[in-house]
This record gives sequence, C-alpha cells and structure tokens, in this order.
Amino acid sequence: MSTLEIRDLHVAVGDKEILRGVDLTVRSGQTHAIMGPNGSGKSTLAYAIAGHPKYTITSGEVLLDGEDLLGMTVDERARAGLFLAMQYPVEVPGVSVSNFLRSAITAVRGEAPKLREFAKELKSGMDALSIDPAFAQRNTNEGFSGGEKKRHEILQLELLKPKIAILDETDSGLDVDALRVVSEGINRFRAHEDTGVLLITHYTRILRYVTPDFVHVFAGGRVVEEGGPELAEKLEAEGYEAYTKASA
Amino acid sequence: MGLETKPVSTLHETTSYNVEDFPVPTGREEEWRFTPLSRLKGLHNGTAAGSGAVAVDVDAAPEVTVETVSRDDARLGRAYVPADRVSAQAYASFEKATVITVPRATAASRPTVVNVRGAGGGAAYGHILVTLEPMAEAVLVLDHRGTAVYADNVEFVVGDGAILKVVSLQDWDDDAVHVSHHHAALGRDATFRSFAVTLGGDLVRLSPSVSYTAPGGDADLTGLYFVDAGQHLEHRLLVDHTVPNCRSNVTYKGALQGDGAHAVWIGDVIIRAEAEGTDTYELNRNLILTDGARADSVPNLEILTGEVAGAGHASASGRIDDEHLFYLQARGIPHEEARRLVVHGFFAQLLERIEVPEIRERVLAAVEAELAR
Repeated sequence: MSTLEIRDLHVAVGDKEILRGVDLTVRSGQTHAIMGPNGSGKSTLAYAIAGHPKYTITSGEVLLDGEDLLGMTVDERARAGLFLAMQYPVEVPGVSVSNFLRSAITAVRGEAPKLREFAKELKSGMDALSIDPAFAQRNTNEGFSGGEKKRHEILQLELLKPKIAILDETDSGLDVDALRVVSEGINRFRAHEDTGVLLITHYTRILRYVTPDFVHVFAGGRVVEEGGPELAEKLEAEGYEAYTKASA
Repeated sequence: MGLETKPVSTLHETTSYNVEDFPVPTGREEEWRFTPLSRLKGLHNGTAAGSGAVAVDVDAAPEVTVETVSRDDARLGRAYVPADRVSAQAYASFEKATVITVPRATAASRPTVVNVRGAGGGAAYGHILVTLEPMAEAVLVLDHRGTAVYADNVEFVVGDGAILKVVSLQDWDDDAVHVSHHHAALGRDATFRSFAVTLGGDLVRLSPSVSYTAPGGDADLTGLYFVDAGQHLEHRLLVDHTVPNCRSNVTYKGALQGDGAHAVWIGDVIIRAEAEGTDTYELNRNLILTDGARADSVPNLEILTGEVAGAGHASASGRIDDEHLFYLQARGIPHEEARRLVVHGFFAQLLERIEVPEIRERVLAAVEAELAR
C-alpha cells in the first residue's frame, strides 16, 4: 500500500508562479486523471514532482509513503518508487535502449538482472507493446516516432514497476492503434501491480481505455473541480471554457 | 583565368627540411598561438638537450618487412616535407629511422604494432616510414607510452589501390611532451583510415595531414581525446585536395575535465582549383565536463574551385545536456552513472570504428578510468 501526498504545492519557473497550491492524494489501486487546458500547469506538476531542475518549489510538500520526495535527488525519487512517463521523452545519443534499460533496472532493483533473464524480460515486454525487437539496439529515443517514444515509456513503466506512476500526456500524438496498445500496457500494469496512477491529459480520449476513479480539473495552477469519471464526460461535452474564464 | 590570377591557398605555407627556414615561434603566429611554448621543453627553439631515450620496437605481421635504417636512407622524406619548425628539427635530428613495408598485393594477416616507449631524459627525435606497395592491405598500431620529450615525423605512403588502417595511441605518462606530424600520401584509389586516440601527456601536439598524388584517394581521419586538468592536447588536421575526385572525412571528438584542461582542434581542408569533384566533410565536437576546461576548435575550409561534390564542416563545444541527465536519473540511474552513460554515448560511434578489438577495449577502459578520476 503506497500513498503519494501533494500538499499545498507552489511551484515557480524563474519569477513566474505556475502552481498555486495543489492538494492531491494518490493511493495504490487508484487512478486519478488530471485534466485541464494548455498552460494550466499540469505538466509543471508532473516535472516538479519528478525533480526537473527547471522548476523551483516555493512552498508545500510532496510525500511518498511519508518520505519527503522534494528532499531527494531525481534518481533517489525514482528509486523510492516514483515514475514519470514523459510527454517528450529525451533522445540520448549513443546510449542503446538495452543498455539504458539494464542500467535503470539495476538502479531501481538494487542489483543487476542476470543477462539471460533481462533479455527474456525485455523481449516479452517489447512483444506486449508491439515494439520491434531491433529497437533494443537503437539509441534511446533517437529517431523514434512519437508513438514509438510513448510505447518505450510504457515499456519502462512495466519493467520498473513503480509505486506511483505519473503519465504526462502519454496519449498526445498517438493514432488510435498506438493509443490502444499504450492503454493496454497501462491497464496491464494497473492490474498486476499494486500501484497508483496519476494520468495527465488534455483530452478525454484515453479515458475511454483507461478508466479513472477520480477526475481533477486543473486551471490556473490549481485544482478547480473534482469528481468521478462522469466529470470527464462533462468536459468532453462542454470543454474547459468555464474554468479558463473563472481562473483568468 | 590566367595563371597569375589563379587562386592560391593561404593555409599551407612554408615546407622545408631545413630548420633555419622556420623562424623560432614566438606564440603570436597563427600555427603556434594555441600552444604553450614554455612547455615544449625547447623543442621549438633549439635549446632542447638531445639526451632522451625513446625505443621503437615493432611487432610485425609475418608478411611485413621492418628495417632500422640510418638517416641518409634515400626512401626517407620523399612523401613528406616538414611543415613547421619542430617537425624540421625532428627531421634534422633523428639518428635511426624505422621503415615498415607491406609488399605489393599482400594483405597483412594481423595488425603490426609499433611500440614507442619513452624512458625519460632530454629530448629525442624519431622518424617512421610506412609504405604500402600497390594493392597491399595492412592495419598498423602506433602505441606511445612512457615519458619523453619527443618530436617525430611519420610518413605513410599508400600505393595505388592499397588500404592502410592506422590507430595511433598517445597514452603517455603525465609529464611527457610529444610533437608529431603524421603525413599520408595517397596513390590512385588508395584508402587511408586513421584513428588517433590522445589521452596522456603534459603536452601533445599531433598534426595529421593527407595529400593525394592521383584521383580516387579516400581518407577518413578520426580522433578521440580526453583532456584532464593541466593537460594540453592539440590536434591539427590538414587535408590538401590537389587532384580531382578524392574524398576526405575528418571526425574528432573530445571530452575535457578539470582545471586548465585545454583541447585545441584545427581542421584545415584545402580544395585546390584542380581538385574538381572533391567530397569532404570535417567535424569536431567537444564535451566540457567541468568548469576550468577550455576547448578551441577552428575549422578552415578553403575552396578554390567551383566544382565540388560536397564540402562542409561543423564544430560544437558544449556541456552535457541537462535533459539527458534528467531523463536517465528519472529512471533511477544515479548522477555519476548517468554522466558516464552520456559520455560513453558521445564516443560510442567513434569507438565502433576502431579496427583492432584489443585496442577498442583498451580505449574504452581508458575512458572509464578517466571518468572515474
């Protein structure tokens, strides 16, 4: 049983305050969707929790099972059980997918997987996401299409088995087939692991495949409305206009 | 266009066997301005005491002939005329030369390794001539270790249709000074692959150059260097396209770390008026790992004909991309390990080009050791 607690989180980029007091608790077994218009601070929330150096926490706290995440380095947060599937996965020249994943698994599990078991694990993970096995030898994310990058993020999710996964616009830029494959990966992960998911999205499309337990509407750097899956339906019908006006 | 108005290059100036034809450098000259002359131990101004010991020992493939010859051997200095004062000093001062010959249409069955070992003392001078007769093929390793104040010239004569692959390792002790010219003269349809790896030494100034004697020559010059605190590692490339339809590619990459680490890369490519159909590209990249390190990178591409197949250059020096580190660390990989992966990645493509597996392993291990410092 794990819990991610975000309490009154304020985050700035340079002098500009982006998040203005976010409160949110995600427990294992739960899936929370954060929805909101562009520029509402959804991605800032994701990157600030993961520890990206561009974002400054001005006040508030983030706890993972009671431990202060904000006091940890980026890699310590990941090893504590946090995972961020990125909207724009980074290309790392000269570092093969296989080498990268083996280093990550070694770091997160605390010991190097046996070469043969790793190969098996990697192959079945790639098969499940319809990733061409040749990708294992390619440089990480280099020359990958948008869909390939997102599948690769979900592959990491399934291999690293975090306690809490934040998926930042994992659905953006995907065609219907890729969206289905990626959603199946997320659902497989949700079914097998006792994990909490924070799904950040602009669109309701992915929520037809990955059903959330809670929906939070983000506008102006804070949560402005909360509800169940039916809130997503309402947003689908009415859009964000009411919220953007209110926060402006 | 009359002969009087034919464009001439400004990059490739005096060449001579005579030391006195080159004034003592002051450090203001274009070709010397990056080099800390005070650390040359007198190699540049005639004050170096010539009492040093550098042994040259060749472990040759069975098909390859190795001779040690006196300085008046008629074969020496035919492919290369010294292009600066230290090179001329070396040419005027060496006592014995090593001559390595691969016979016509013969493929050497294994790499030939030239061990150059410095045993200290004052200045020492050397000369090596490597000749591949037409259609011959060979892999050559030049392995520089130990400590020395050493100036030398290496001539590679690559005959028509011959293929020569050279790895030159500058893996000296911390106090060594090495100033070296490597010149390759390529015959018709000859192939030359050079891989320079410079890791050790207080000051290393290596000047690889290529000339073409007939069309169809193909040269790849690759380099990898890792500069630590206080080291000056300089590479000065010159590719002189004087005949039509030849190709050259220069790719040098270096990493720098520590106070006073200084890398210099000069990439001169001349495409002369006669050299129509030339295809050339040169690239230098520097990865600056810490404060206090400095990289100077100067590509010069001089095109004197309008008829080229391709010509370009690129140079970039910068720090490790924080986004790369963030991505790796966000997957639990600790900072130091992430940095190691990124530097490996930076060199990975180059390392794959090293022909000799043992050398590749050694270079990889050396890069690891540098990163662990």
